[in-house]
Amino acid sequence: MVEPDSHRFDTRALHAGQRPDPVTGSRAVPIHQTTSYVFDSVDHASGLFNLEISGHLYSRISNPTVSVLEERIASLEGGVGGVCTASGQAAFHLAMATIMSAGDHVVASRNIYGGSHNMLNLTMPRFGITTTFVDPRDPQAFAAAIRPETRLVFAETLGNPGIEVLDVAAVAEVAHAAGLPLAVDSTFATPYLMRPIEHGADIVIHSVTKFLGGHGVAIGGVVVDGGRFDWAADGKFPTLSEPYDGYHGITFTEEFGPAALSMRARAEGLRDFGGCMSPANAFYLLQGVETLPVRMARHVDNTHRVIDMLDAHDAVSWIRHPAHPSHPDHDLARRLYPKGAGAILSFGVHGGRDAGRKFIEAVGLASHLANVGDAKTLVIHPGSTTHQQMSDEDLAVAGIGEELVRLSVGLEDPDDICDDLSQALRASQR
Amino acid sequence: MQFSVDGRTVNAATGAVAIDRDEVAHAPLVVLLHGAGMDRSVWSQQTRWLAHHGTRALAVDLPGHGDSEGPALTSVGDLAAWVAAVADALGDRIHLIGHSMGAFIALEAVATSPDRIASVVLLGVGATMAVHPDLQAAADADDPLAAALMAGWMHGPDQKFGLNPTPGLSMTGTSRAVIETCPTGVLGPDLRACAAYEGAVAAAGAASCPVTLILGSLDRMTPRRSAQPLVDAMPGANIVELPDSGHAPMMEEPGAVRSALGDHLARVGARAPV
Repeated sequence: MVEPDSHRFDTRALHAGQRPDPVTGSRAVPIHQTTSYVFDSVDHASGLFNLEISGHLYSRISNPTVSVLEERIASLEGGVGGVCTASGQAAFHLAMATIMSAGDHVVASRNIYGGSHNMLNLTMPRFGITTTFVDPRDPQAFAAAIRPETRLVFAETLGNPGIEVLDVAAVAEVAHAAGLPLAVDSTFATPYLMRPIEHGADIVIHSVTKFLGGHGVAIGGVVVDGGRFDWAADGKFPTLSEPYDGYHGITFTEEFGPAALSMRARAEGLRDFGGCMSPANAFYLLQGVETLPVRMARHVDNTHRVIDMLDAHDAVSWIRHPAHPSHPDHDLARRLYPKGAGAILSFGVHGGRDAGRKFIEAVGLASHLANVGDAKTLVIHPGSTTHQQMSDEDLAVAGIGEELVRLSVGLEDPDDICDDLSQALRASQR
Repeated sequence: MQFSVDGRTVNAATGAVAIDRDEVAHAPLVVLLHGAGMDRSVWSQQTRWLAHHGTRALAVDLPGHGDSEGPALTSVGDLAAWVAAVADALGDRIHLIGHSMGAFIALEAVATSPDRIASVVLLGVGATMAVHPDLQAAADADDPLAAALMAGWMHGPDQKFGLNPTPGLSMTGTSRAVIETCPTGVLGPDLRACAAYEGAVAAAGAASCPVTLILGSLDRMTPRRSAQPLVDAMPGANIVELPDSGHAPMMEEPGAVRSALGDHLARVGARAPV
C-alpha cells in the first residue's frame, strides 16, 4: 500500500510552516519585528481588511514569524490551522470567546490547571458563561452534566497535577453525541506523545510556554483547530454559522469550511481582544519546537528513572504518574501514550505539610518555581501556590493533598536529578 | 446561499454578497466547481474577492458534497447536465471555473450545453485523470488514508514544508480535513467518475466559448504534459502557467489565480480589468 507523501513528525518539527527566505536565503526563521505591512494598492488593502484575500496587514492579527509557529504546531497536531496567543490562558480564553456567548455553558474536567479552573469557575461567570465540573475519568459524568445551553466540553489530556489520563475518544464521543465540540488542553502531552485530534478532539490548546518551547524563556499559547467539527449542523454556534456584521455579513463556515474556527478566532478574537503573540516570542518558541522530539524522549526517560528512585525511597508515601502501576490510568496510558505519559508527576512526602516544605527547601539542583515543562527540573507545592485559590474542599476533590509535591522532570543527567531529590527527601524526614 | 435545482437544495458560498441585490442584478454570474471529495471552501481565496469585484460569484457544493443535498451524481456527464440546470435556475449564462473533477464537469458542460456557458476557466486538468489503485481502494472503503494520500499529492512539493499564504493555516491539513469530512460514500464514486471520463479532448475541441487554462508546472495528479492534448485542441485558449503550483493553484498561488481570473473575465468582457 502506498503511503501519504508527507514529511514525518520529527521532520515537520523542524520544517513545517517555513521555507528558506527567497530574498535573503535565511535558513532560520527570521524575526519579522514589524507592526505592519505595506499594501500593494488600495484594492489590496481593501481586500485584506474585508477578508477577500489573505495576507498580513497588522501584527496583532498576524505576523510572518508567528505564522510559522502556528502552521508548525497545527501540522504537528494534524489540525487545519493554529492561532498563537500571548499565553496559554489567552489561548483558552480565545477558544471560548470565539464559539460562545453569554448564557452558554461548559462541561469541564475538575482536574485542571488552577488558572483554568479560576477562569471557568470565577471569571467567565461574570461574562455569563458558566461551568459544571466533572470527574474526567467518567465519560458519562460529562454526558450527565450537558444541558441545552452547553456549548463546549473541556478537559486536559493529562490532568494537573494528578496526571489523570483523559480517554479522549470516549469523551469526544459523548460530546459529539450532544452536538458539541471537545476542546482539550494538551500542554503536558505535546503532540509528540499524543495527538488528540486523531482521537476525536476538535480543538487543542497549548501553553507553548511549556514543553513545546522547552527552554523557559518565553510565554505563549496556541489554539489548534481540528477542522472536523460541523459548526453549522444545528445552529448552536452562530458566531461561526451565521452572518457576522464585523466583516460585511460574512459567514465563516460558508466561506472557510473546515477553517471557520481558525479564521474567526483570528479575524475577530485577535482583532478585538488583541491577545497576540510577539514575533520575538514566536522565534524563541520555534527554537524549542525544533527539538521537541528529542527533548520529549529524554524527558520521559528521565521521568521513568525518577519514578524508579522515588518508588524505592522510604520517605515517599505515594507516586502519581501513569507509568507507575498504582496509577488508576496505567493501562489507558499504555494504550494512548506508547511513548510515555509525560514528564510531570506528583508524589507525597511522609510527614505531611511540614515534610513537604522541608523537601522543597532542601532541593538544590531542582528549581522551586511556578512552571512546568522547562529543560530544567522544577518542583512546586501546589497547595500553597498554583492551586491556592481553591478551597480545601475543591483541593480534596481535585486530589491535591497538602503533602503533594509536583515535579517537572528536566533534561539534566538523570543520576544528578535522582541524587538531588534523594538528599532532599532525606532532609524532609529530619 | 441555498437554492433549488431539480427539486434538491444546492448550497453555495457567495462571498457574503447576495446575488439577488439590485445593484448586482446584471453582474456576470461566475460559478466555481470544486474537485473530487471537496467542497466550496477550496475557493475561499477567490469567491469573496470575485463577489467584491463586479461579479455574482457562487462557489457551489456539488450534489451530495458539503451542504448540498444528495445523492451525489456519479458521472461527469450527469454532473455537466446538473451544471446546465444550475444555469437555468440562476436564470443567466454562467462563467464556469472548474478545478480537477470540476474542470472535467465544466468542459463537458461547454460541449453539451454551449448556450448556457459564457466562458470557462480550467485548473488542475489533464486530458485524462488516472487514479492510483490504492487511492481508489481507500476511497471506496471510506478510509481516511484516501484524504491523506490526496492531500499529499494534490499540492506542489513546497507544500510538504508549508508556508500557507493564509497566515496560520496548514494547506495540507486543510485539504485533508475537507476530504475527510466529505459525506460517506462520495469520494470513491467521484474518483471513479474522473477515471472513467474520456471526453475531455473531444469536449475541448467542441468548445466555442473563451477558455483559460491555469496549469501548475508541479502538478502530480494531472501532470502538465497530460494537459497538452487539451491545449492542442483549443488553439484559441489562454494558457496561464504557474511554475510553483501543484494540482491546486487556487490554494497554492491564490493571488496569481485571482489575477488570471480577473484577466480572463476582462478579456471576455465580463468585467473591467483591476
